[in-house]
Amino acid sequence: MNDIPVIIGAGPAGIRAAQTLVEFGVRPIILDEGMRWGGQIYRQQPTNFGRTSRQLYGFDSSKADALSKVFMGLMNQVDYRPQSLVWNVEQNRLDVIHQGQSTMLPWQSLIVATGATDRVLPFPGWTLPGVFTMGATQIALKYQACAIGAQVILAGTGPLLYLVAYQYVKAGATVLAVLDTAHFSSQIKALPGLLNQPIQLARGMYYVGWLMSRGIKIRRGIRIVRAEGKNTIEALVIKNERGVVETLPCDALGVGYALRPETQIADGLGCEFKFDPMQRAHVPVKDIAGRSSLDGVYLAGDGAGIMGADAAELSGELSALALVLDRAVHPGDAEPLRRRAKYLERRIQNITRFRAGLETAFPCPDNWIEQLTDETIICRCEEITFGHIRDAITTCDIREVNRLKALSRAGMGRCQGRMCSQASAEILAHLTKQPLLNVGRLRGQPPIKPVPAHILAEASTPKTEAAK
Amino acid sequence: MKPLNDSKQTGHAQFRRLHEKNRPSVEFSIDGQAYQALLGDTVLTALLTNQGAIRRTEFSGQKRAGFCLMGACQDCWIWLESGERLRACSTMLESGMRLITGLTEDPQHE
Repeated sequence: MNDIPVIIGAGPAGIRAAQTLVEFGVRPIILDEGMRWGGQIYRQQPTNFGRTSRQLYGFDSSKADALSKVFMGLMNQVDYRPQSLVWNVEQNRLDVIHQGQSTMLPWQSLIVATGATDRVLPFPGWTLPGVFTMGATQIALKYQACAIGAQVILAGTGPLLYLVAYQYVKAGATVLAVLDTAHFSSQIKALPGLLNQPIQLARGMYYVGWLMSRGIKIRRGIRIVRAEGKNTIEALVIKNERGVVETLPCDALGVGYALRPETQIADGLGCEFKFDPMQRAHVPVKDIAGRSSLDGVYLAGDGAGIMGADAAELSGELSALALVLDRAVHPGDAEPLRRRAKYLERRIQNITRFRAGLETAFPCPDNWIEQLTDETIICRCEEITFGHIRDAITTCDIREVNRLKALSRAGMGRCQGRMCSQASAEILAHLTKQPLLNVGRLRGQPPIKPVPAHILAEASTPKTEAAK
Repeated sequence: MKPLNDSKQTGHAQFRRLHEKNRPSVEFSIDGQAYQALLGDTVLTALLTNQGAIRRTEFSGQKRAGFCLMGACQDCWIWLESGERLRACSTMLESGMRLITGLTEDPQHE
């Protein structure tokens, strides 16, 4: 095999993909933005911290340990490049920034395992200091041994809501309330799907029971109205399960509505996307093994659609097997590989049914737009308000998200729409009375994440000059 | 465990340290004032265990304190005195760092 496969991301999917390639005698390059491997779910604390794996990852500590052990065993057989940000992708090259220097990396086979970030929905006051995503709330504890505040409220929906609450209380933080926008009836309705992963279900129920036994208030069927405060959050205003408005004092809020895939690299490569009604978003098209619409590009883990860490490990291995089969890396009998692939596919399908159950149990709220005021910021980078977006939509007769971005500047800031594209699309669909899929998909553009201006300037210099 | 000087003294710190408090301290400055944090802190943790925000927005001057902590939202870029910019959530604090938040300026936004 002449080409060196490149894996983007060293989380559960990237690590299993690397392990599989190494088994077939391939030495992949692994690019990861993080300082240490593990991704977000198994993010490692700095080396001088002393908490145990059990304290950091709870019930998942054995998985975290196993994955870490695998990766450490691979160190001499892979070209691992931490703190390496892929900021531009093209047909045959990646531009990678490492310690302030950008280099061009050619590629022929690529496994994209870019993971997920929080799905965020704006509300009045969400940009106040003290309001963090649910992922951030967890990272503060896992990575830095800190709580996001002294009097914390956790709100939104999704399994992470209860897990983070459990981890916070267990670590000694004060959690005033756990506020779920989903109704308890949704969680009952979801039981058949959730029973596909009985251990995961049992854990979720354990967290709820544990929190209740410690007197933590868990409330379901609530709606976030606004965060209040002058220079920092001082209270969260909600509409409670009976529709009554309540003001809950706090000094920090962790909020999130499950996760969304990081698809910018697949997008930049030109992968085909399709609308997934369950995730309420466009996700890159792939077959079950992870083959994208482009030859040589494989998609694994949450970056290709939210499936969770267990599925990420399976899909990482599966995508590497597909690469091995497609590129005829393996000279011997391919039948054992196919059997292994079939086994992995079955396990992933099982998790798919569980995921559908989770979406039923923790549906993304569909009435959140009602809470927005004209002054509510939607795009937190460019500080574009709901009023501005609505006026742009009505006066310019906008019906498509890229046009909305061009005319309102929402999504044009440093985060490249990561924090507001879901909200902008849903607002546009709501105001123009179109189904979400009809408003289209926000196209990304380089840089995928901000890079120093001199690097952009150097990269755009003609090659002949750069070669001098 | 003994209380840390960082959050208890000012009373305005956003983050609360729960564990890992016995690490060596690191000296740095925020807008010219000397502060301490701990070895292994990110710049964001160093700032938010000492105060309640880390920057002002370019347009309205609103205070911000980061948001996603995983390098996605880009809401925690701040300046060094040397003129470089850094993303506070994904940069480790180094001894002697001279951070600029701009929080002491523009009092009309208060």
